[in-house]
Order: sequence, then structure tokens, then C-alpha cells
Amino acid sequence: MTQLPTHTDKKLGLVIDLDTCVGCQACVTACKGWNDQGYGAELSDQNPYGAEPSGTFLNRVHSYQVQPDIGAAQIINFPRSCLHCEDAPCVTVCPTGASYKRTEDGIVLVNEDACIGCGLCAWACPYGARELDQAAGVMKKCTLCVDRIYNENLPEEDREPACVRTCPTNARHFGDFADPDSKVSKLVAERGGYDLMPDLKTKPTNKYLPPRKKDIPQEASLLAPLLDIQATGFAGWLDKVLGKLG
Amino acid sequence: MTPAPSVILFTVLSGMGFGLLAFLGAGFVQPVGWVAFFHWGLGYALAVGGLSAATFHLGNPQRALRAFTQWQTSWLSREAWASVVTLLLLAPVALSDWLGLGWPRVTGLIGAVACFGTVFTTSMIYAQIAAVPRWNNWTVPVMFLSFELTGGALLAGQVWPALIGGIALILALYAHKTKGDVAFAKRGQTLGKATGLDQVGSATVFEQPHTSPNYLMREMIYVVARKHVARLWPIAFGAAAILPAGMVVLLPHHLLTFAMAAVIHLTGAAASRWLFFAQAEHVVGLYYGQR
Repeated sequence: MTQLPTHTDKKLGLVIDLDTCVGCQACVTACKGWNDQGYGAELSDQNPYGAEPSGTFLNRVHSYQVQPDIGAAQIINFPRSCLHCEDAPCVTVCPTGASYKRTEDGIVLVNEDACIGCGLCAWACPYGARELDQAAGVMKKCTLCVDRIYNENLPEEDREPACVRTCPTNARHFGDFADPDSKVSKLVAERGGYDLMPDLKTKPTNKYLPPRKKDIPQEASLLAPLLDIQATGFAGWLDKVLGKLG
Repeated sequence: MTPAPSVILFTVLSGMGFGLLAFLGAGFVQPVGWVAFFHWGLGYALAVGGLSAATFHLGNPQRALRAFTQWQTSWLSREAWASVVTLLLLAPVALSDWLGLGWPRVTGLIGAVACFGTVFTTSMIYAQIAAVPRWNNWTVPVMFLSFELTGGALLAGQVWPALIGGIALILALYAHKTKGDVAFAKRGQTLGKATGLDQVGSATVFEQPHTSPNYLMREMIYVVARKHVARLWPIAFGAAAILPAGMVVLLPHHLLTFAMAAVIHLTGAAASRWLFFAQAEHVVGLYYGQR
């Protein structure tokens, strides 16, 4: 049903640390790799080796240049995927009931067997989290690796989303936001984790951690002490004479 | 938003069709025999043709019947119900007019109201989307309903309703344009705000996440032909509202006058609907530094 649950037992989601993300795109690749072989229709590519390759991805990593008021510009990498919103507008617009939010853990999913591929949910999502697969004609989105996190056939350390598992800099964290003592809840409290576009009232579950404040770079040259050496003796005399000639 | 021909056709044709059906149902014109067949047939053809055009852009149209299930939350599902119920309500009146059965016109009156209800549900599919600020306001249903009134009146050969519709349409188009032009700025979303990076400094795109456009960019970021906007708005105003309303008032009330006015109106409606999509900017464009 496309009616949103009034309450979910858990609020599973991700914390994305913009301070440590290096933009390596490993999460993009791991996501596509895992989600291409199990859950639902495969993530197709169109013209993959041609001039304009295109394909379905559930996770995209943007790169921004941010110029602070003081100091040098910073490059900040910005992974973007489904935020598993509490008030998900993509769910309520769905005419067929294919889109739904799970009561048990808050994950927003698509029942591909009921999806007619109208694309209205992708329009309703402010974050661009949904992509219509061009081969299967059904809507694809992040499942929070629902087929990994509860999968008892996997070793325990692998029971987290593929993007989190693969991240080489630990910029992605997975957990339950309904539990105030969970790792993700603590991270958000400590680091000032924030929602994307909160004024659209979607109440995203995923949070972003802002980049830490950078040190103020030294204005003076590192060579300054060396440049300030006063010559003595013959060199000093030469320096004085040549200075006068110049 | 990319102006897909199927969706432009759907909204324009079905709007005009339901408009004509409303006038026929309410009994403004009560044709008999084969004239009734063609008149009602035109209304049904436009409405049903428009609706079926909408299924062309579905990824899996064979499952379209499922769209009837979620009427409690989804405007698209409500539209599916409204259109089917409306077409069924009007069917006995259409039959009665064609075959001269003399059945009561009560369902026709209810159906006429339902025609406007159906177009209202269509407009709400767009007006509900907060992520597209230009659409997310009351001018969208008012504009769609004004189009329905004008288009229906022209096809039904009604002078005064066509004039009132034309005037309503001019006002609605003007309101939609002026409100829409500032809607995105008013929402106050920027790249810095959408990413939260404005707390660090001023953000610009350094590198795109992918080298060529994806579904999101093709569907929601449409910058190619916005340069035609300045030329298309006068066409929309002139052809959709001013010219047809003027024609039916000033020219002799002949079938040809109404037919020509309707065709001109249809051109203007298509231009206006193209603008409706092409000018609408989705907030997801901010992440790409494009709108």
C-alpha cells in the first residue's frame, strides 16, 4: 500500500561522512555489482562502450568545489542515493502500490512486479534517488541491500549494505536511527549530521556529516627563515658592494 | 522537465474531450441521431485517445490496471477512477441522444460535473509535486480547468461559455506564468542548500558524477529549447485564448468558425503545455548545477 506507516519499529539508514569521502566511486561500483545479480531486475546499461554510455545506478557520487570565506577552496565529494524518508513523497504518488515503506525497518522499496514504469515517483523525489531502468521499464532504487543485511548465509561482517562494506575510508555507516545509542545516532549527534532539503518536509532517514573545519593555512613562505640569512665576512662585503652597484 | 509528446497529447486532448463531454452531458447542446453520434463520438475519442496516449510512456503498460488500486493516496490512481466513472456515467445519455431513447439526463448532469473533477485530478498529478516549484501551486488546476472549459465550449459551439472560458484562460495562464517565474527562487533552494555545503562556503560543481546524461537528467533537466520561451508565450496566449474567443464573438456563428477556432485553440493549448513542461525546473537539477 502506498499509505505511509505512521510508525516504523526501526529506522534503518546511512550516515555519509563528507569529511572522509575521497570520491573513489567504490560505493557506486559495489552497489551496481551487488544489485545487478540478485534483487529484482538487473541494472541495465545502454550503449556501454559507445560515445554516450548510460545506465541505471542506485548511487551517484558528485564532486563539488567549495570556497570558504577564508582559506583555500576544498573539493567535497558528495554521494547521493535514496534517503529512505519518513514522509516519502515517492511512495504516496504511486498509483499501483508498487512503492512502499516497510513498517518493520522503514526501508523504502519497489515491488517490481506491480510497477508500471510511469515514472511519477522519480518526479516526486527531490533527491533524484530513483531511476527508471530503460531495459526492464521498472523503477529502481536503493534497497539498503535488504538482501544482505538480513542474510544469514553471509558472514556477520558482510551483513551491511554493499556501499558501506566496500568504502575504503569508512565514509559510510549503516545503522538504526530509532535507537539513540546506535553508532549512527551517536555519529549524527557528535558531528552535527544534517538532512538534505529539510524544508521539503520529507524527513529523510539518511544523514550527512559536514566536513570538519580545516586549519587556517600559513600565509608566510616555509622558506622564510632561510631567505632571511645575513651574509657575513667576504660574502657580506660583496653583498654590500653589489647592492650599491645595482 | 522534459516535454514528452505522449504526455502533452494526453493532457491537451483528454482535457478538451472531457470539456466537450461536459457540455453534451449538461445538455447545452442536445444533438439527435447521427449528429449526436459524431458529437459524442468526438468527445469520447478525444478523452479516451488522450488517456491511451498517456500509456505510451509507461515502462510496463500491460500492468496499467493496477493503477486503480491506490486511490487513497495517489492522484494518478484517482484520475484513473475519475475518468472511467465519468465515461460510464455519460454513456447512457450519449446512447439516448444517438438512438432517441429519451432517457432522463440526470446522469448527464452528474457526468458533466465529473468531467471537471477528472481534469482536476489530472492537474493535481502535477500540482502535488513539491520538487517542481513551478507546478506546486493552485494555478495549475485553475489553468487545466480553464482549458477544459474553453476547449469544450468551442467544440460544443457555445459562444458565451467560450468567451468566459477564454477570459478565464487568459487570467489563469497569466497567473501561472507570473507565479511560476518566481517559484523556484521563492523556494530558496540552491546547490549549497540542497547539499548542505553552504555551511562550508560557496559551492560549485567540480566534476559531474557521470560522463553522459542519465535518466534523471534526460527526464528532469531540460535546457535545450528554453530559448524559444519568449516566442511561445505570446503564441500560447493568442492561439489558446484571445483568438478563439474573439472569433466566436465577432465571426458568424457557423460550424466552420467553431471548427477553426477549436483547431487554433488546440495549437495554443499544445504550445502552452509544452511550456508547462519545458519551463518547469526540478530541484534535482541543483545537484548537477543545472536547472
